[in-house]
Amino acid sequence: MEGFGSDFGSGGGGGELDPGLIMEQRMTDKCFRKCIGKPGGALDNSEQKCIAMCMDRYMDSWNTVSRAYNSRLQRERANM
Amino acid sequence: MDGPSAAGLGGADPQLQRFIEVETQKQRFQQLVHQMTELCWEKCMDKPGPKLDSRAETCFVNCVERFIDTSQFILNRLEQTQKSKSAFSESLSD
Repeated sequence: MEGFGSDFGSGGGGGELDPGLIMEQRMTDKCFRKCIGKPGGALDNSEQKCIAMCMDRYMDSWNTVSRAYNSRLQRERANM
Repeated sequence: MDGPSAAGLGGADPQLQRFIEVETQKQRFQQLVHQMTELCWEKCMDKPGPKLDSRAETCFVNCVERFIDTSQFILNRLEQTQKSKSAFSESLSD
């Protein structure tokens, strides 16, 4: 079963030159929203931990969505 | 909405055409996964924890299914609306 890693390396990225770039942009957006409350003078320890966890959970989510979408596509093809 | 046709890009080479079709499909797949992950994250994720719990995981799976259902529903209904419109305008032009 393909995980995030193999998709990452295949070069597909929605037309962008760097597939990692989309991922990075979305992670930054999502994790900033989840982890940073009132912006302080620096990222404190808890914020950094939150961001790290958030990145991992985003990748988990990406993999879950990828698997679910793949299953759905296969089901649709089987029904044709 | 579709990219350039494989015939245009690959010329007469069927192997190259096939390769382009496959790569285009892969790209479309990835685009949609990015889009759905983004949407479903908003609906399914509270505070990021040490792992993806089963409730969130179920939510993501349901989210993907309902997203595709929504897309199909809209396509079908638009098709129906267009059909009834063209039948109507045909009757007017008689």
